[in-house]
Amino acid sequence: MIAKISNLRLDNLLHREDLYTHMLSSQIKSNEILFGSCNKDLLEEIIFYGIGLGADFVEIFIENTDNSSVLAEEDFITSVSPSFGRGAGIRIFKDKKDGFVSTNDLTKHGLMKSVTQAIEMLDITDNKKSDVFNGLNKHRDFSLSKKKWINEIPSINEISEKLLVSTKSLKKNNKIITRKGSYSRNLQEVIIASSDGTYVSDIRLHQTVGLNVIASDAQYRSSGSRRFGSSGMPDEFRLWDHEKAANDVFESSMNMLYADYVDAGQMPVVLANKFGGVIFHEACGHLLETTQIERGTTPFENKLNEKIAHESVTAIDEGISEGSFGSLSVDDEGMEPEKSVLIKDGILKKFISDRAGELRTGHKRTGSGRRQNYSFAAASRMRNTYIAKGNYSKEDLINSISDGLYCKSMGGGSVGATGQFNFAVEEGYLIKNGKLTNPVKGATLIGEAKEVMPKISMCGNDLELAPGFCGSISGSVNVTVGQPHIKVDSITVGGR
Amino acid sequence: MNTKEITTQISEAADSLNLKKWDYGASFSNDYSVQVDKGEAKQLKASQKQILTIRVWNDSNLVGITTTSDISESGIKKALNQANIASDFGNKNERTEFSPLAKDPIEVKDSKKRNPVGIKKLLTLLRDAEVKLLDSHESIKSVPYNGLSESFYERVYANSDGAFRSYTKSQAALYLYARAEVKNKKPRSSGSVKLGYGVEDIDIESCIKDASNKTISHLNYSSIKTDKYLICFSPESFLTIINAFSSMFNARSILDGVSLSNKNSIGEILSTKALNIYDDGLHEKNISSSPFDGEGTPTKRLCLINKGRLENFIHSESTARIFKTIPTGHAGLGSKVSVSPDWIVVEKSEENSDLITSLDHTTYDDEFVYIEELNAIHAGVRASQGSFSLPFDGWLYKNGEKISIESATVAGDIKYLLKNIVNIESSQEVTTSGISPHIWVDELSITGDA
Repeated sequence: MIAKISNLRLDNLLHREDLYTHMLSSQIKSNEILFGSCNKDLLEEIIFYGIGLGADFVEIFIENTDNSSVLAEEDFITSVSPSFGRGAGIRIFKDKKDGFVSTNDLTKHGLMKSVTQAIEMLDITDNKKSDVFNGLNKHRDFSLSKKKWINEIPSINEISEKLLVSTKSLKKNNKIITRKGSYSRNLQEVIIASSDGTYVSDIRLHQTVGLNVIASDAQYRSSGSRRFGSSGMPDEFRLWDHEKAANDVFESSMNMLYADYVDAGQMPVVLANKFGGVIFHEACGHLLETTQIERGTTPFENKLNEKIAHESVTAIDEGISEGSFGSLSVDDEGMEPEKSVLIKDGILKKFISDRAGELRTGHKRTGSGRRQNYSFAAASRMRNTYIAKGNYSKEDLINSISDGLYCKSMGGGSVGATGQFNFAVEEGYLIKNGKLTNPVKGATLIGEAKEVMPKISMCGNDLELAPGFCGSISGSVNVTVGQPHIKVDSITVGGR
Repeated sequence: MNTKEITTQISEAADSLNLKKWDYGASFSNDYSVQVDKGEAKQLKASQKQILTIRVWNDSNLVGITTTSDISESGIKKALNQANIASDFGNKNERTEFSPLAKDPIEVKDSKKRNPVGIKKLLTLLRDAEVKLLDSHESIKSVPYNGLSESFYERVYANSDGAFRSYTKSQAALYLYARAEVKNKKPRSSGSVKLGYGVEDIDIESCIKDASNKTISHLNYSSIKTDKYLICFSPESFLTIINAFSSMFNARSILDGVSLSNKNSIGEILSTKALNIYDDGLHEKNISSSPFDGEGTPTKRLCLINKGRLENFIHSESTARIFKTIPTGHAGLGSKVSVSPDWIVVEKSEENSDLITSLDHTTYDDEFVYIEELNAIHAGVRASQGSFSLPFDGWLYKNGEKISIESATVAGDIKYLLKNIVNIESSQEVTTSGISPHIWVDELSITGDA
């Protein structure tokens, strides 16, 4: 490929149109991206075209998706929704600016048009480049062992049958008025190529299944829900213990059915393991993404190697735990993920960084460049993020509180532009004199990352992870949150 | 391919697969957006997107669906095939049909479609706006969240019964969220969003002014004592809460058992009799208005609450059939068709003599909490239970002083809230999600950390 284009001396190209015309009429045989084939020549040509027009860096992200979702309500399948699609996202950097164009047109003409559009958006007029694109590296194909997945994942029939069994097992008494089971599967094939030589392919498989109930008795109402998810494990849905899940959801809804509203106030809380980790994700994790440094919205920007949390807190973000919802073989910028210790014994050690983050903030990439799909530019995003386990049992934490709240199941949450966060408690219990007592509903935890992190004073020894979806600048991505049981010495609990 | 050609292609492909009954919805869009950081372009973005959703009915009249971004000949055939396979799993208990109104005439008003101004112009305008906002007050140190965008799109609905509808539109949006800092105080942030048919229609100066004023007004903040307070909801925050509990008006939610209402709730007293609520997707102020819904049913104005009583539900084709009424133009297009409101309009009814008209947010002297914006709706609303506990931005008005509230939540029950409305101010305000006056509610719980 390089030989074919070597006659294009950049300093001889007076006009963009010359290059465009020349490239379109080049001898490259393939005129469209073909999944499952070698696209190296075409990708090199497109990248060369962008570099030739003066870009500092060109990245091409191409995807082909095959998704399905199934919904069971009561004892019937009420929705089966397949979808498929393909598209490309092309990102051009010039100095510290970037231009991003997405398109469904995967022909050579379509991709070149997108490059041209990005170049024009960035107003690049100087095509004198000192560096010449040296071609793509040897193809790293992470998809080789994964091509068989499409034949190994459960069929719609199999999914439907198991979902119906699951919703049936939610029907444990006549107080359960609504039962739902939902499944979704995303199979994404990606090709990533960029002017630093990166050339990788991968196949990602994400499966998630959830159960929801609403219970009702006279004026009392409650709901319960649980979601499970995995990446890269075609058999996971088959292995899912739906009975255990149904029992858990049912118990939760029954426990909360007659619960009183929690009294608002400041109090110590114990947050359960698994999805309790959403507190760290929202309160601190987002503030350790380099996108927040770029915006100037993190209080931790200049705190590297300083104490930002209680010494009992060690926090990790990684993309390598086998089967976890946030795991990936390679990120959306073609980098293999690493295990990043963000906080070690309360000391800030690292930020979560992507290519733009490295360029704009100087923090090295961590394999965390992620995006929902081709129509988003990648950004620094969390993967599997959790607080490491400590030495205490769950009982130690609860026994240490005379008057507080145990948050067994968390709902969603969010973090604002100045670091203040909030999240809902789905299932909560009062703690009185070191014992769990009455269930309470309507609680919301409110705080500010900088103030709460030093108050996480005890970490349990029962670390577990839970899947979730995180929405942010580059769309919705699969993540895992996690922690052992933890104790927060004091936090504002919103209630009635 | 234009939309007529796509319809022809789908029709021919369906014939070749012996599929007699089908419909589709599609959208085609071109979007452009810019973000800036301290005078420099940060990210410039353009996207060309096409989405096609095809439904197919099999010989047993069960429906299957597929969505794709591939509108090539092979993509369309694959989508029809997949939809046909999915129809084997169609819901036998609640069948879907074409909307009986899919061929009714629709009122296509002037679409006010604007021409693109281009990325360079967007960038220049946003850079200028950022500079002005930074210059507006010494405490404003950055505008971390900002963006100016313009979108051009076409939507289509067609079916094998000969229905065909389409419209084209343009829309532009500007958002500016500033961050202010003063010594020994926590940073504060607030902002403003403005929409228009095109960039020229956006009042950029007023967006800058709103973002600046809001942000600065939160610099003097204090904790609030946990207690029950008299509340004044801004138009935006009241619309947020009505939309969050719109399952009360939603026939789909009722059938799914996740609504506070039931099939027999029409006529039920939901609120003070001084309240009227409409859904009015075609309102002239609704920039995003669509003349038809996902099933091709014409959009229309519908009264939801009339003098405090529940007047109508919003429907799709299938829910309307079950409720023995007609579709209202609120459907999506899916295997299981979703139903959602378009644009809520809140107003004072004629029966308003019980209202305490002295409650006016511009003149009222005694203590009250003004809720400017509700946050984290996805986390703090239990729509099926009627409860909410939501963080908010707002102020405590006390002794003639206006103090920004630091980190607090408002909690309550939607039915209690609606029945305890004590005033509906006369002047309505247009927001990005509808129209509403300021609404006063007695005694809601506020949790603070004072």
